[in-house]
Amino acid sequence: MISVYHYMILAAILFAIGTFGVLTRKNTIVIFMCIELMLNSVNLTFIALSRHLGNMDGQIFVFFVMTVAAAEAAVGLALIIAFYRNKESIDVDDFNLLKW
Amino acid sequence: MADYLLSFMTFFPLLGMLVVLFIPRENGALLKSTALVVTLITFVLSLPLAFDDVFTVSGGMHYREFYEWINIGNYFQMNYNIGVDGISLWLVMLTTFIMPIAVLSTWNAVDKNIKGFMALLLLLETGMLGAFISLDLFLFYIFWELMLIPMYFLIGIWGGKNRIYAAVKFFIYTAVGSLLMLVAIIFVYYYAIQSGAPMNGFGIQEFYRLAIPSGAQYWLFLAFGFSFAIKVPMFPLHTWLPDAHTEAPTAGSVILAAVLLKMGTYGYVRFAMPLFPEALQTFIPMLATLSVIGIIYGSLVAMMQEDVKKLVAYSSVAHLGFVMLGIFAMNMQGMAGGMLQMINHGVSTGALFLIVGFIYERRHTRLISEFGGLAHKMPIFATVFLIITFSSIGLPGTNGFVGEFLALMGAFESGLRWYAVVATSGVIFAAVYMLWMYQRVMFGKITNPANENLSDLSAREIVIMLPLILFVFWIGVYPNTFFEKMNPAMEQLLNQMESRQVAVVEQVEQPVMAKYLDIK
Amino acid sequence: MYNNLWLIPFFPLVGSIINGLLGKKIKNEKVIGSIGTLAIFASFLVACQNFFGLLGSEQKVFQETVASWMTIGNLQVDWGFLLDPLSAVMIMVVTGVGSLIHLYSIGYMHGEVGFYRFFSYLNLFCFSMLMLVLGNNALVMFIGWEGVGLCSYLLIGYYFEKKSAGDAAKKAFVVNRIGDFGFLCGLLTLFWALGSKGVWTLNFVEISENAHLLQSGGLLVTVVTLCFFLGATGKSAQIPLYTWLPDAMEGPTPVSALIHAATMVTAGVYMIGRMNILFAMSPTTMMVVAIVGAATAIFAASIGFAQNDIKRVLAYSTVSQLGYMFLAMGVGAFTAGIFHLMTHAFFKACLFLGSGSVIHGMHHGYHHAHLHDDPQDMRNMGGLAKKMPITYWTFLLSTIAIAGVPLFSAFFSKDEILWWAFGSTRGHWGLWLVGVIAAGMTAFYMFRCVSMTFWGPQKTDPKAKDHIPESPLTITIPLIILAFLAVVGGYVGVPAILGGANHIHHFFEPVFGHAQELYRIEAHGAHATEYALMAISVLVAFAGIGIAIYMYLKKPELPGKFTAAFSGLHRAVFNKWYIDELYDFLFVNPTKKIGTFLWRGFDVCVVDGVVNGTAWVVKGLSAGLRFTQSGFLHNYAAAMVVGVVVIVGYYVFG
Repeated sequence: MISVYHYMILAAILFAIGTFGVLTRKNTIVIFMCIELMLNSVNLTFIALSRHLGNMDGQIFVFFVMTVAAAEAAVGLALIIAFYRNKESIDVDDFNLLKW
Repeated sequence: MADYLLSFMTFFPLLGMLVVLFIPRENGALLKSTALVVTLITFVLSLPLAFDDVFTVSGGMHYREFYEWINIGNYFQMNYNIGVDGISLWLVMLTTFIMPIAVLSTWNAVDKNIKGFMALLLLLETGMLGAFISLDLFLFYIFWELMLIPMYFLIGIWGGKNRIYAAVKFFIYTAVGSLLMLVAIIFVYYYAIQSGAPMNGFGIQEFYRLAIPSGAQYWLFLAFGFSFAIKVPMFPLHTWLPDAHTEAPTAGSVILAAVLLKMGTYGYVRFAMPLFPEALQTFIPMLATLSVIGIIYGSLVAMMQEDVKKLVAYSSVAHLGFVMLGIFAMNMQGMAGGMLQMINHGVSTGALFLIVGFIYERRHTRLISEFGGLAHKMPIFATVFLIITFSSIGLPGTNGFVGEFLALMGAFESGLRWYAVVATSGVIFAAVYMLWMYQRVMFGKITNPANENLSDLSAREIVIMLPLILFVFWIGVYPNTFFEKMNPAMEQLLNQMESRQVAVVEQVEQPVMAKYLDIK
Repeated sequence: MYNNLWLIPFFPLVGSIINGLLGKKIKNEKVIGSIGTLAIFASFLVACQNFFGLLGSEQKVFQETVASWMTIGNLQVDWGFLLDPLSAVMIMVVTGVGSLIHLYSIGYMHGEVGFYRFFSYLNLFCFSMLMLVLGNNALVMFIGWEGVGLCSYLLIGYYFEKKSAGDAAKKAFVVNRIGDFGFLCGLLTLFWALGSKGVWTLNFVEISENAHLLQSGGLLVTVVTLCFFLGATGKSAQIPLYTWLPDAMEGPTPVSALIHAATMVTAGVYMIGRMNILFAMSPTTMMVVAIVGAATAIFAASIGFAQNDIKRVLAYSTVSQLGYMFLAMGVGAFTAGIFHLMTHAFFKACLFLGSGSVIHGMHHGYHHAHLHDDPQDMRNMGGLAKKMPITYWTFLLSTIAIAGVPLFSAFFSKDEILWWAFGSTRGHWGLWLVGVIAAGMTAFYMFRCVSMTFWGPQKTDPKAKDHIPESPLTITIPLIILAFLAVVGGYVGVPAILGGANHIHHFFEPVFGHAQELYRIEAHGAHATEYALMAISVLVAFAGIGIAIYMYLKKPELPGKFTAAFSGLHRAVFNKWYIDELYDFLFVNPTKKIGTFLWRGFDVCVVDGVVNGTAWVVKGLSAGLRFTQSGFLHNYAAAMVVGVVVIVGYYVFG
């Protein structure tokens, strides 16, 4: 029997993988996908707990998150393209203009 | 009309500012004349106050206006609560009186972005007037901060070489003080709510009746006092003043000296002293010492200045020392002297800054060593300058004397006798630095060829100076015009402070918040 | 009856305003001069009316209040005037001598650029001086007190293009201000002292009536009077504040005559007379006054020995004579002090105007010869008696008067002072001795002055020699009138022992009698002593005259030998005992140094240093912190993760 704990553990593993990816990968698109992964792990938690608690709020939140993620994807990808046009690179280490 | 007179007067300049914003920026003459007309109308609007005999009879607040503004249940309530009494009356009049003069003084002096300049001047006037008539501490705080911003830009944009430094210094210095005051205001308010005293927003008249434990009073007084002391400015918090004055454009200096500095002294009289009378008693020796140091120190430093404007700025420190000493005497003479000296300083020092502006416009320098012998070329200017110089020195028959004398007399009658004696020696120094400066600028032969072709005062400049000179003699010869309207209000204030001191002793329990602060 | 007192200061004020505002447009010297002179002459007429009214009246003290000035709490000050014998004499002197000097100035100032300015200031001065003497309370007096200081400043600095004139003007005002500091302190202490006894007043009459509330001889009254006396030393050029008066000779000569001889400088004496009851209550102060007066008298006279500038000689002479007046006040001879004030006003004004006439003539001569020699240097004069007979005779008569030759005015006043110095209950023979020696010295240097100026061979440059004319009528008429007064002015106070009625003594009885009676101030002694003292002082005066004539007329080489023999002493005297340098060293330079230190050392470095230091500290801290902003996305993300872990960890495990 798959309990809510399994979902939780899966979500945690996905979140950790996403975080690890954000911290270690250099390619901006990969980082971006890792973020999506984190968001989805959160979505998974929401749905699992929503089902477990019998409360629809969590599922509604997931729709919000998905909407935001879509918007984010649009803005984020646009930014990456703009950046690529300037630097001919999407390596995140080249994104270091905002420093002292 | 009379019901809304104060509001109308206060916000008329703001209205004027909106008009100015719609005038094309190239049309300098129209911008200037609009600002002039607006300030003149504001002055006319304020005139009924000066002629109203109600102030001679009653020392309370008149022309009251009261509207609820922000009301969040029991947590926070503030009101649009304004009024004027004999104490603020003359400061309001001084403000409306000095503003047209300030606008006129910019006629040829300001050439870049006239639109912005005039708009800020008008905004500033609303801020100043609002601060003087606010009877709600929170409202006062709003106006208080409102004044800061236009002044910051006036110095920072239209100032001299070192204007950014001066503007930032002015802003940060004042902001530090006002934030302390804000904390204290909020504290007093929540203290009042918790102690269950009947409150009316931040209305000061209710605060006046509040019994605050002495331990808390000390901290609150320090916060208020610090904020106002910066604005006065009292030694050793004065160093922003010479910088701000030197860098500010003439109109800015005039307003700064004539009105903004009075905010500090007015703040003491209206808020810091009557709100925390018990703490005041503890701090009077310290404050009086600082005032006296300010008098002597300001004079000595002024004496050695090479820049005329800086000299005048330091002399302000000395003059305001007299104001503070008089106020802290806590009796009728001292109070009246201090209050009158505020007006005097506005008139005399304002005029001195105008005078510095006149020669600066002609020569684009303010160094004393650049001048000499100007009396040959500018006889009218020499006369005007001389009158103002002697008014600043405090020659009997001019305004300076009455204020200084009464302040000293008040101090002498109270426990501040020795302070008064030391302060009296300030009259010697005042003569030294003013006359020495006058001699170096006006007397002697013309040694600098650049001074050969100076023109005497123009009609506009004479028109600017004439009203100031009129008041120099009016206040000097018949100060009762001013006293008769001040007296009832001051009497009431002093009585109230006295009775509060008695009341504070027999207060009830201390709420939690105050206990934290009661360090004794 | 006396409801027109206010007119007396009012006329000169109007004159001053008219000339000051419109003088430049009027341009015509005659009109300007007439306005000025008529203004003060009108005052003189009103003063006469009041004076003679008072003479014939039983009541001797009248007050008139025009308006209220300040009303604050327990302070009530009016624009009020007081007429009593003391102020009556003063207004007569001020308006009388003032009118003559105004008349004189029309001729003397002829052709000056600032002619209208001069008359405006001169009228303003008269206004201030009249406020000073007529004020019925200390504050109105103070208006005049500082007002005359202002006019003195303006008139000394009249030739403002000369640096020395500007310096002298500033010095005069500042030194006067030091005195005013004393005056203010005294005024405030007195107000408070009487107030704490229940009488809050600054009115002179009320002060006199209530002075007894203070403890006689007590500390308080001594402090009050000493403060006032400090004020007097400033205004009346006494030690230690006398240094401004000789420098004040930078002003035009009529100014020296009016302000720095006849009127303003006597304000201190008048003030002590006005507050005589307070001074009488404090023997300590009286002693200080007497000693300072005597010391000033002899000290200033010694400097007068070696001056070559004719006006400076007269200036030191004025300081010395003022010393006499203070000596008189100090020993309780109030009447004699005011009496001497009056006679001094006549003869010293005449001397100054005479010197002005000489300078005028010399200037004319040099101008004619296109020379730029100093027209005031007596070494260039000599033998002018023939060139300027009227000036000569009036000058001579006044000199005889000041020297104390019997039957001339100063003889009576000076002798009265010396007699009191010796015989008064507050006197001392030492004071008398100093007074007599100073009298001898006065006779000496005044006759030295006459010898060098009018007698002997003429030492003027040959080119200018024959072009020194007698001055015009506007100048000589005042001289004649003043010389006449200098001769006969003393007859109002012929002492009883010489068979006189001593009118002035009786006239002043209502003012001074009370204090003298109450505190037992009187001069007593045998008639023989009085005669002997009188004889001694006359002898000393004649000795001084004789030596002067011998040294400067019969043996003109003698003074040179003297100076050669005592060159050090001569240099010290010539340089006024280096007092100015001493003051510069002790007060002026240290003050400047302190000012510079406070500004550059303290204000900029310490006070502003703390302010800017705070800014620097904040700036330094943030400079360190900004390195945390690496710009690398990974660092920010890692920081975020760590932060989240820490916060969540804190709530989960903490």
